[in-house]
Amino acid sequence: MSRLQVVSGKGGTGKTTVAAALALALATEGKRTLLVEVEGRQGIAQLFETEALPYEERKIAVAPGGGEVYALAIDPELALLDYLQMFYKLGSAGRALKRIGAIDFATTIAPGLRDVLLTGKACEAVRRKDRSGRFVYDHVVMDAPPTGRITRFLNVNDEVAGLAKIGPIHNQAQSVMQVLKSPETAVHLVTLLEEMPVQETADGIAELRAARLPVGRVIVNMVRPQVLDAADLEVLRTAPRTALARSLSTAGLGGARRGGSAEQLVEPLLAQAEEYAERYALEQEQRAVLGELDLPLHELPLLAEGMDVAGLYELARELRKQGWQGGS
Amino acid sequence: MSPHAARAAETGRSSAHAQDGTRRLAPARVLDVDPLLDDPGTRIIVCCGSGGVGKTTTAAALGLRAAERGRKVVVLTIDPARRLAQSMGIDSLDNVPRRVKGTEGDGELHAMMLDMKRTFDEVVEAHADPERAAAILANPFYQSLSAGFAGTQEYMAMEKLGQLRARDEWDLIVVDTPPSRSALDFLDAPKRLGSFLDGRLIRLLTAPAKLGGRAGMKFLNVGMSMMTGTLGKLLGGQLLKDVQTFVAAMDTTFGGFRARADATYKLLQAPGTAFLVVAAPERDALREAAYFVERLAAERMPLAGLVLNRVHGSGADQLSAERALAAAENLEESRIVDQGDGKAGLRNSPTQQGRSDSSAHSSVAPEPESPAGTPSPDAVDQVTAGLLRLHAERMQLLAREQRTRDRFTARHPEVAVAEVPALPGDVHDLTGLRDIGNRLADNRRELPGTDG
Repeated sequence: MSRLQVVSGKGGTGKTTVAAALALALATEGKRTLLVEVEGRQGIAQLFETEALPYEERKIAVAPGGGEVYALAIDPELALLDYLQMFYKLGSAGRALKRIGAIDFATTIAPGLRDVLLTGKACEAVRRKDRSGRFVYDHVVMDAPPTGRITRFLNVNDEVAGLAKIGPIHNQAQSVMQVLKSPETAVHLVTLLEEMPVQETADGIAELRAARLPVGRVIVNMVRPQVLDAADLEVLRTAPRTALARSLSTAGLGGARRGGSAEQLVEPLLAQAEEYAERYALEQEQRAVLGELDLPLHELPLLAEGMDVAGLYELARELRKQGWQGGS
Repeated sequence: MSPHAARAAETGRSSAHAQDGTRRLAPARVLDVDPLLDDPGTRIIVCCGSGGVGKTTTAAALGLRAAERGRKVVVLTIDPARRLAQSMGIDSLDNVPRRVKGTEGDGELHAMMLDMKRTFDEVVEAHADPERAAAILANPFYQSLSAGFAGTQEYMAMEKLGQLRARDEWDLIVVDTPPSRSALDFLDAPKRLGSFLDGRLIRLLTAPAKLGGRAGMKFLNVGMSMMTGTLGKLLGGQLLKDVQTFVAAMDTTFGGFRARADATYKLLQAPGTAFLVVAAPERDALREAAYFVERLAAERMPLAGLVLNRVHGSGADQLSAERALAAAENLEESRIVDQGDGKAGLRNSPTQQGRSDSSAHSSVAPEPESPAGTPSPDAVDQVTAGLLRLHAERMQLLAREQRTRDRFTARHPEVAVAEVPALPGDVHDLTGLRDIGNRLADNRRELPGTDG
């Protein structure tokens, strides 16, 4: 199991949720994971229902069996100041740079630089060891930018190489790429069983592969339960409505005759079944497309009660059940 | 907590507007889309919202509806689904509006897909002499900036909007906004880019001589050399030089990026502009929508209302989730009792369990279909139970959507809302867009939960 797990996905597919559940799953049984956020959205804090995360590694959850999940919201400005401090001992000059807009400039405008700082911080956490020489974190899970931008984001070397041909940023980019293109890293994509996210996932995988970034697994999120299968739908097509009304009546829902409460339910319930059938067919189509990607597929259920901390633990359990466990 | 109890609690918590015990907080106002589309004073409609809520589809559906109601419309989409773009004939990336074929009525629909790099290039080409333009286009800093900077797409969308408006060929422009991480990005990015390229740092980088020449500017000059020194060390001298030449070339040709960004900003505040915030009835999307509503008010930008996509309804909402589940269990139990094989205890997986029971133990009708071609009563009971479970799931979803919507309404009762019922599949042709348009305009009648 790679030590840096990068989770991307189209907007709205729940990649932050999946990243958090994965961090929990990998921490289970005494491991320690770091969940990293790079887009300044405070999505992790919202998910774990805590206050906004500072630029500091902080324990946010305890996993079953004694593991720990730490979280870090990387702030590119602070990361750059850190970095300058580390290499140049800038001190108060850093603040002067900030006043003048240089830090803003370097982290926002200078293309690729921001990304080097963000990925650099994550890679540093991956490689960090304690005094006894053990890795501080067994796994680092990154809630990464969406599929459309992920290859660019991770491929910092190419981005920066054209601009900063020498100098510490260049070196930093090189060493980051060593981690990102190695088996130590796996990039996972989260999708839904819908046309656009699946298409974007396929495109994203092609891009990642072209850039020689290690593609991990595909996680289908928010999968709705299968209430009626193909055989049931076939029965529905042939069953007389009067029979359905009688059955509803037997179930205790009123009269089966014309105008009876049970009879009045038949049409709307069938309409819902028809929508279900249409969606079911579309989902099967998208499953087939995903199947052709030739990657390990995981499915996570749609939680009926909406997403909360308990739900995260449920998804983490599900990931473990599907063989996603922390290793060293 | 049962959905009903939850709903009651939610309503109770925000009950300032609903003391009479009504089931839900009705939106204070219903957004009527047609008058907005028909009003010749409406010149620009901006669809904004967080990613994955159906912004592009909403923009395209509004454009089509306005065209079919007689207006001459252009839709600027940012990142349409491939099949939708193909069916509208805008999948070729030539960055100019194309007439969409197959619309009904007297109006016209034009559509285009934004190519941000090309738009940026066009801006450069339009404002610089050929030689200088070529120098800018070849600058590596420009190439990264035009293709990659996180705000470029937003900035170019606004730039394109300004261009389309200036051409004055259409009487309505519908704009889709980029799929940002946050809906607010598109308001902030143009200004950010504009002020960076026009800002103090850039001035320092590009005009050291000018500044240093003046008395009293010595301090700044010292600051600058320290800073260019550091930046140079950090980025490598080449990058810094690229930035300097790029900014110098841009600056002299443009008369300021900020002025351009400001002009677009003013356009967004103009009376003919209407913002529609697009969301889905999900917690995150509606939270973004609420931020956006507040932000628009702070910027004095005119909000027409909220389009709430993918709202679920049910024609059978008189039947609660609890009753539906209980009824489903009744059916499943009675089937097991009928078969009398003592398996009533194993009810973990009703559908599957039921099926294996019926084939293994039912002596009358082992096949789900009887000889006459109609399903056996047993099979009918089984699918009826399935229908009821499906309905229970739907009602739970309805309750959840209701809660998130009510939360938004409590926070922003002034915002008019148009609800668009969910479609089971994706939209990828004009018929689908027309259907969405009808649903958008028709949202009064379709409000789930108000008629039951």
